[in-house]
Amino acid sequence: MAYLLKGVSVLGAAPTDLLIKDGVISDKTDKDAVVIDAAGLVALPGLVDVHTHLREPGREDAETVETGSRAAALGGYTAVCAMANTSPVADTAGVVEQVWRLGREAGLVDVQPIGAVTVGLAGKQLAELGAMADSAATVRIFSDDGFCVADPKLMRRALEYVKAFDGVIAQHAEEPRLTEGAQMHEGEVSTRLGLTGWPAVAEEAIIARDVLLAEHVGSRLHVCHVSTAGSVEVLRQAKARGVRVTAEVTPHHLLLTDELAAGYDPVFKVNPPLRTSSDVMALRQALRDGVIDVVATDHAPHAVQDKECEWSYARPGMLGLETALPIVLSVFGEQWDLIADRMSIAPARIAGLDGHGGDLTKAGTPANLTLVDPSASWVVDPSGLASRSRNTPYAGMTLPGRIVATFLRGEATVLDGKAVK
Amino acid sequence: MIKHLRSAADLDAATATLILDTAAEMAALSGREVKKLPALRGRTVVNLFYEDSTRTRISFEAAAKRLSADVINFSAKGSSVSKGESLKDTALTLQAMGADAVVIRHSASGAPHRLANWVEGSVVNAGDGTHEHPTQALLDAYTMRSRLGRLDGLKVAIVGDVLHSRVARSNVLLLTTLGAQVTVVGPPTLIPLEVGAALSDKTQVSYDLDAVLPESDVVMMLRVQTERMQDSYFPSAREYSRRYGLDVPRLKRLPEHAIVMHPGPMNRGMEIAPEVADSPRSTIVEQVANGVSVRMAVLYLLLGGK
Ligand SMILES: [Zn+2]
Repeated sequence: MAYLLKGVSVLGAAPTDLLIKDGVISDKTDKDAVVIDAAGLVALPGLVDVHTHLREPGREDAETVETGSRAAALGGYTAVCAMANTSPVADTAGVVEQVWRLGREAGLVDVQPIGAVTVGLAGKQLAELGAMADSAATVRIFSDDGFCVADPKLMRRALEYVKAFDGVIAQHAEEPRLTEGAQMHEGEVSTRLGLTGWPAVAEEAIIARDVLLAEHVGSRLHVCHVSTAGSVEVLRQAKARGVRVTAEVTPHHLLLTDELAAGYDPVFKVNPPLRTSSDVMALRQALRDGVIDVVATDHAPHAVQDKECEWSYARPGMLGLETALPIVLSVFGEQWDLIADRMSIAPARIAGLDGHGGDLTKAGTPANLTLVDPSASWVVDPSGLASRSRNTPYAGMTLPGRIVATFLRGEATVLDGKAVK
Repeated sequence: MIKHLRSAADLDAATATLILDTAAEMAALSGREVKKLPALRGRTVVNLFYEDSTRTRISFEAAAKRLSADVINFSAKGSSVSKGESLKDTALTLQAMGADAVVIRHSASGAPHRLANWVEGSVVNAGDGTHEHPTQALLDAYTMRSRLGRLDGLKVAIVGDVLHSRVARSNVLLLTTLGAQVTVVGPPTLIPLEVGAALSDKTQVSYDLDAVLPESDVVMMLRVQTERMQDSYFPSAREYSRRYGLDVPRLKRLPEHAIVMHPGPMNRGMEIAPEVADSPRSTIVEQVANGVSVRMAVLYLLLGGK
């Protein structure tokens, strides 16, 4: 099927017509193309998420590859990287191939599995990283996300080992001894609420150590969900020295603060925790400056009973795929080049997803793109989300920017704001 | 009147004073021969206890019964997220039973806030995790006021494991609301971060007990669990009691009128010497008796008793 996007604005530029044909952006014509009136719509390269929890296999009651893929497509994504903390853990070629295959079957986004760094995420012994890299899933990002690779020797070895296949270690930076029992950001609010604090230094100390390790062995490091102003400074210095480090920030850390814990509603419990407004400001600046390279959702679906309980018993995590672009738009406004870079081009580069994050003005670019109506706003209704779970922290908020259509290799996955399957 | 008592921050000065005044009336009535008042006849008060605390439960039970309420004790100890009924399902059960008030004791901070979303009746926090214990603070304030005649301008030192203490949090909030000057004292490891900004900007912090004592009208000693040693909050019980324990020589540093309080249960010989606990300056036994009057006042006012 061919599509002609009439009057579309590519990254905010003057309106033009864009033909999608044979899976690519085409400079030919096609009289049979389906015409989409795209006046007022902005075309972005399809968004790429380097940090998604799809929960399958193991917690299909919270999310499946299919429901998560649908949520992703509706959020404007054409590729998501699926974290390894499933059950069983994605620490073998078998499991990563299973997830990869499920993604292909769903056919709504490219699902790129992330492999575990250590067997069972236990932090003791390297998983078979090479086997996962050589598998059909061609894993390039490895992460024990949910847990920190805390052992410095193991972290060093992992960083070194993946050089053989241009892999990258994505670190969940959390010094576990400093966060025992931690429930929220350590500071004024945790003192008032009597909840055990998660100090900023527990993140910053690991990032500082890891950039030094990456520098020492000349490897690539990626830092997951950076959440503090101090981490930004560590990264800024490391990048200035030429360390090969990239970093991500989540939409929720760009918008929400620890004050939201005041009512003890666990929908605001997340790891790393929501921080202070000065951290939020530093993260925004870091994303503008490129010290933080990408926005990643850390989409973390949870079943109702895992959130409808006491704060301390609740699982950490928030939905993110369907609200990420609207949150970024509400924070940064219509800075389309910035948004395209931080949400598509840079994450595609980090994840090694060649067909994504391409130049939509060039004929031959794979037609992975999304159309946004920046003038439309919508109210977040948890029951209206495509995710199987409901744990969005934005319920009731009015957000700018509606995804009208998404295309994966020229095939529509979303049309008129609805998933095609 | 407020609907719930989840935190001492729910109380402004007028409401807190009303509770203390009402407690004084309750105490006067309890002193008479007829110990039961008809105020809450036909109303149901549930004691929902997820932690063992016989003394607090008995105190609430006595308070409710003296007001003629029907009391249901619901011990949910051992219930956890993995086993047993969820807090929400329990709440719905209590709701169906027509609970007018639920008194909750729980090891998780904020459990009373969660409960208040799921029941229509009043929620009274009887201690939640390391968060608060507002009726303890009310009975402490009541005790101070009856011993020393006032709260405004009173200098109160709260000494010990402030970090993990729900009693300390509620007391700082309530006492500063009522005009007292509070200093929290302990090793820096056991003083929470930004305690002033978090609770009341009038709160002072000191690491030096000996310097604070001569200035204090009230010294409140907090229970210090020896297990904190394993987590390196302090090196040893001996060093702790040498630096922060209230012994006889330290008692002598206090002004003559000053009183010594402890929310119990005490570690005699750790944070407080036996001679100090048993001295006439100690209000420890009085605190227990005052607890019933204060809890009567709280239930009476929250439930709009007549
Ligand atoms: Zn993580």
